[in-house]
Amino acid sequence: MATKSLLKRESELANKKRQLEILSNGLFQSGELPKFADKIAETNQFPLKAKKLEILQINVGYMCNQVCSHCHVDAGPDRKEIMTKDTMQQCLDVIKKTGAHTLDLTGGAPEMNPNFRWFVEEASKVGIKDFIVRSNLTIIRANKKYHDLPEFFKTYNVHVVSSMPHWTRGKTDKQRGDGVFDKSIQALKDLNAIGYGMPDSNLRLDLVYNPSGAFLPGDQASLEKDFKKALLEDFNIHFHNLFAITNLPISRFLDYLIASENYEDYMFALVEAYNPSAVANVMCTNTLSVSWDGYLYDCDFNQMLELPVNSKAKHISEYNEDLLEGRKIVISQHCYGCTAGAGSSCQGTVA
Amino acid sequence: MSKTYYDPSDLKKFGKISEWNEELGAKFFDYYGKVFEEGHLSAREKSLIALAVAHTIQCPYCIDAYTGDGLQRGITKEEMMEALHVAGAIRGGASLVHGVQMMNKVNKLEM
Repeated sequence: MATKSLLKRESELANKKRQLEILSNGLFQSGELPKFADKIAETNQFPLKAKKLEILQINVGYMCNQVCSHCHVDAGPDRKEIMTKDTMQQCLDVIKKTGAHTLDLTGGAPEMNPNFRWFVEEASKVGIKDFIVRSNLTIIRANKKYHDLPEFFKTYNVHVVSSMPHWTRGKTDKQRGDGVFDKSIQALKDLNAIGYGMPDSNLRLDLVYNPSGAFLPGDQASLEKDFKKALLEDFNIHFHNLFAITNLPISRFLDYLIASENYEDYMFALVEAYNPSAVANVMCTNTLSVSWDGYLYDCDFNQMLELPVNSKAKHISEYNEDLLEGRKIVISQHCYGCTAGAGSSCQGTVA
Repeated sequence: MSKTYYDPSDLKKFGKISEWNEELGAKFFDYYGKVFEEGHLSAREKSLIALAVAHTIQCPYCIDAYTGDGLQRGITKEEMMEALHVAGAIRGGASLVHGVQMMNKVNKLEM
């Protein structure tokens, strides 16, 4: 398993333009598969337009303690892109005036940003309905200075959303690295111990499931049932909901698909599973993604492909909900990942 | 014509069999869909049965389909291999149980 990001390895795919070329050439250029724009046009859903903002997702940096093989951020210990306190302040100014009901902090491992705790404290004062931190779990056990994170999350009533690709050690470690499973289990126990994820508890703990390979996620409700049963029986662990998220063919997952000669079959599978009713609720229509340096994107995936919003307001300092609402969403063939089957978003299925 | 009997891309065209007999094709796929719904057996259990049967009848399309289906459902490779051994045991047993017939015949014919 690679221990360095594509960027550090100087991979061809660290170049976002190259990724976009791959996604537009081959099967899509030859017409063997329809381009996403043409596909959604079949049901008069082109161009996709942003509705009222509901979720503000802020990526506070690409640094992470893990180097997961499917990571769309290409995150890792070698990534130095970290949101500054000044940009965080600009985000706070927006959080205070936005009508969004959800604030969603992500990374990398957001906890590795040196101003993470300050940002959470300040953001929590605004009183947003749902305040999410996407925590990879192992960070809690990675270093003594993070051991108190569960208590910290509890103090600010943070909704914890954590990745867990499988309830078995083998599948988890294969995707996320050796030892990740055991550390994740310990972190989940720590969270349960102070009330997170317990039945009827207001301290929300949800898990994110990404397939550990070139296949689509199965039915979210069935997977949630299996995860709950196995984690309870084997480890006495509780959690609330499972979000099944499809791996989008970008960044390290695209690298894996190409290297394992699964790219074409995966794209066929995504297009075959295309569900027009998922298009109406794709997350880019109610979400705005802010990058570590304050730029605005339709989603975290577009951020990683460096496809900025199609709006006059391009930076958090120029934030204007009237300008951003109704903007045309920037799309490419990776968008099929969000419309396959029951659809996929950072909040799980959408159809 | 293809130079080989099996082409993996033909699996995607399975639905086309209805083109030459819409009524029976539709009935078959409707039945097929119902069979795999959650029932007294879970869809997960049915997927494992399908995988074992696929190996028993040695259908490459079915093996392809139900290996992928199992992965999507979170079925582990250990569970898949155990299911295959069930198929293998029944197949092997089916040969060996006929050994009784052989033994009966030998016992009858030999002095």
